[in-house]
Amino acid sequence: MPNLPKVPNPLGQDPYGAFVRSGPGALLAARAGLPRPPRLRRFEPGQELLTGPALVVELAGATRSAQVAGWLREAGARVLDDLAAAGEDRLGAVVVEATGVRRVAELAALREQLAPAFARTAPSGRVVLLTGLPQEFPDPEARAVQRGLEGFARSLGKEARGGTTVNLLRVATGAGTALRSALEFLCSARSAFVDGQPLVVGPGVPVPARERRVAVVTGAAQGIGAACAEVLARSGHHVVCVDVAAAGERLAAVANRVHGSTLHLDVTADDAPARLADHLAVRFDGADVVVHNAGVTRDRSFVKLDAAAWDAVLGVNLLAPLRLTAGLLERTGALAPGARLVCLSSINGVAGAKGQTNYATSKAGLVGMVEALAAPLAERGMAVNAVAPGFVETPMTAAMPPVPREVGRRASSLLQGGLPVDVAEAVAWLAQPDAAGIDGQVLRVCGQSVLGA
Amino acid sequence: MTRRAAIVAGNRTPFVRAGRRYAQVSAQDLLVAALDGLVARCGLAGERLGEVVAGAVLKHSRDLNLTREAVLSTALDAATPAYDVQQACATGLETAVLLANKIALGQVESGIAGGADSASDAPIALDDRLRRVLLDLSRARTPAARLAALSRLRPGQLRPVPPRNAEPRTGLSMGEHAARTAAAWEVSRQAQDELALASHRNLAAAYERGFLDDLLTPYLGVRRDDLLRPDTSLEKLAALPPVFGRDLEQPATMTAGNSTPLTDGAAVVLLASDEWAAQHRLPVLAHLVDAETAAVDHVHGEGLLTAPVWAVPRLLQRNGLTLDDLDVVEVHEAFASTVLATLAAWEDEEFCRDRLGLEKPLGSVDRARLNPVGSSLATGHPFAATGARILATTAKLLAERGGGRALISICAAGGQGIAALVEA
Ligand SMILES: NC(=O)c1ccc[n+]([C@@H]2O[C@H](COP(=O)([O-])OP(=O)(O)OC[C@H]3O[C@@H](n4cnc5c(N)ncnc54)[C@H](O)[C@@H]3O)[C@@H](O)[C@H]2O)c1
Repeated sequence: MPNLPKVPNPLGQDPYGAFVRSGPGALLAARAGLPRPPRLRRFEPGQELLTGPALVVELAGATRSAQVAGWLREAGARVLDDLAAAGEDRLGAVVVEATGVRRVAELAALREQLAPAFARTAPSGRVVLLTGLPQEFPDPEARAVQRGLEGFARSLGKEARGGTTVNLLRVATGAGTALRSALEFLCSARSAFVDGQPLVVGPGVPVPARERRVAVVTGAAQGIGAACAEVLARSGHHVVCVDVAAAGERLAAVANRVHGSTLHLDVTADDAPARLADHLAVRFDGADVVVHNAGVTRDRSFVKLDAAAWDAVLGVNLLAPLRLTAGLLERTGALAPGARLVCLSSINGVAGAKGQTNYATSKAGLVGMVEALAAPLAERGMAVNAVAPGFVETPMTAAMPPVPREVGRRASSLLQGGLPVDVAEAVAWLAQPDAAGIDGQVLRVCGQSVLGA
Repeated sequence: MTRRAAIVAGNRTPFVRAGRRYAQVSAQDLLVAALDGLVARCGLAGERLGEVVAGAVLKHSRDLNLTREAVLSTALDAATPAYDVQQACATGLETAVLLANKIALGQVESGIAGGADSASDAPIALDDRLRRVLLDLSRARTPAARLAALSRLRPGQLRPVPPRNAEPRTGLSMGEHAARTAAAWEVSRQAQDELALASHRNLAAAYERGFLDDLLTPYLGVRRDDLLRPDTSLEKLAALPPVFGRDLEQPATMTAGNSTPLTDGAAVVLLASDEWAAQHRLPVLAHLVDAETAAVDHVHGEGLLTAPVWAVPRLLQRNGLTLDDLDVVEVHEAFASTVLATLAAWEDEEFCRDRLGLEKPLGSVDRARLNPVGSSLATGHPFAATGARILATTAKLLAERGGGRALISICAAGGQGIAALVEA
């Protein structure tokens, strides 16, 4: 593996954040009641899973606590028998096994057991709730209780401080390897900017990983795409970095840094699906991972939006992923067995945003594409998901007007914009073979933004 | 049967008129950019290749190891050896021929050939008398000897000597030489302008259809050759004043529009054995089959840029081919008149019989097959880079048409020239 350079320093892009994390800045911000964005722990090679010991909180009817504790131990965590065993230490993670809770009265234990542990979480601590899949419960009280846990998790996320995140896994009957994989991801520093999110863990069998896994990332010359290339290379992929010819210079630098390769391709070109499919079949025996990341914005209020701005955004962001996916599925050998597709949606697509009717249409459209493709792809042993970033510090957001930009940064539980690598970590996790069972979903990487659900 | 070297991929920087966007970069920087783009396209980062061979025509003395130094700045494994070659404008193709021969012999399995030139960053020499003074000064042991050396200094010697674009033995610039050949073959102004126009139109169309997408990587924000004038016309070209041959009896015909200006840029091609290409799952575009170099005595009357007129028939004859067997003919456009004089010579019965020793004229080149995606008049001509640009272009043209045979012909300073056969 090449020695990958470290992610660029976020402070340079967020001067306010840098200032209020400094000594005098912190004092001033505290006095004035200004938001104080915490410094988030991010992945580094060789790093421990957690910053402190882990505690598994067991609610009524729990069946998986021992298994979860075992997984955490195998991942190198120290798992406590009870909170008292923590001594002076702050907790790196608290996992709540709530899949067996069926009665409202049983939820009281949550308050009694989790509250003291939650108060003791370390900076960038992790809270993960395991619940059932509400749809699987015909009993109104059981379903209400399970559904209620989501509201609980989202609220707790908003109360968490110091970069601690709260997420929830809805464990379906027959959930496979993805449960362990998701738990590890959500406990690790790789999920630094994933906060307040529910995710369904379904059944799924990972295909054996090929010796030389191949990932394609469109729009890889900069921003989130370049970060995806780096993280996918870190996890052993040869990355085919795709971007328009005009971005070729930056694209070559990215590809060479990650020991990948470049393909100059406008994803909207008529022959783009055929060219990409050919390239992958001829050069690589197909791709294991496809990341539809190329995207553009042409913000304008709806009545002032011209046809060009509409067509460009819908063409690159929505039509191209649809056409490319169809082209890759059509061509034998373009996709490897067990291939994973990931689309870059956006919380603005989920929640809507002023001046972005075109963009939100395209990004919400991708959610539809993911939903529709999930079943047919699952039949072929493949999976497709969307990652919906919130505010991320990239050339795209650097081009925003200053006020909306600053509002965008602070309007989340983590009080800051994410880094491209945060989105890339989620993409790369969904691409992992053992994430089989996460399918047809939208994973938000938004620091629990106030936008949308 | 020896192995034939496969042409696997090519890459170049956009070419830029000297003194413009690349004014602040060196030939080495340009070569690194071209190499890194090729490495990225083929996924060769960290890979050890058999060798990299390249050169520059305008070369600083500090660049004695230009190619090796460039390789060390690329993403290639530093264990990739390199060497420099220089054969004026033939450099970029001659390097490919040398590498192809090593591949054919089984000495290396893969390598990159090419060249770079920065006319913007051309070396400037010291006045020769000043240089002697300074050398003597450095050898002087006593204060008296130092003083004696210094006393030979004259203000006039402090003027730097820029590189000359003139032939050392004739004192004539390349353009003046070409003007003499054009006059001898009575190449018309109109024909030259038409050739220049076709070059611009063909290159512009090639860009439009994405032909260059996998042959070029933008550099320093430049995305296309800046000499390209998609909207030029015969009227615009006809309006330009002649710049060469103004002292001749015949009317001067060569203008800035039908001559190549000084250009900065770099180009490289990846060559390999078929086995290596297959192992790396890199499709083969074409094979470099054979090559021939020639030289003429331009000091005693031959046209400076006419050596390919001799090289091509020898190459075709050795391979049992005629001009009609060629699907693509790439003739480097140093000057439009050079191309036209070359074609005229091959059509001329007397010349072919008396000078080339052929029983009948070599024949005419079908204009539809000549430089189908434009050539140096539209791209510009960074001397050492041109050969690699043409080789990669030719290989891709053949791959695109699903096979065929192509001829490349490049003239060079010093009365030299090179021709090569490419097959797919
Ligand atoms: N930055 C954010 O805050 C944010 C938030 C939500 C979603 N997203 C989405 O994430 C993705 C990446 O965003 P980013 O901020 O890194 O964007 P960016 O503008 O920094 O990079 C996008 C890349 O896509 C390439 N691209 C554009 N059109 C293309 C085409 N036709 N063919 C091939 N490549 C093309 C561009 O050249 C560029 O390299 C986009 O889909 C974007 O909508 C970003």
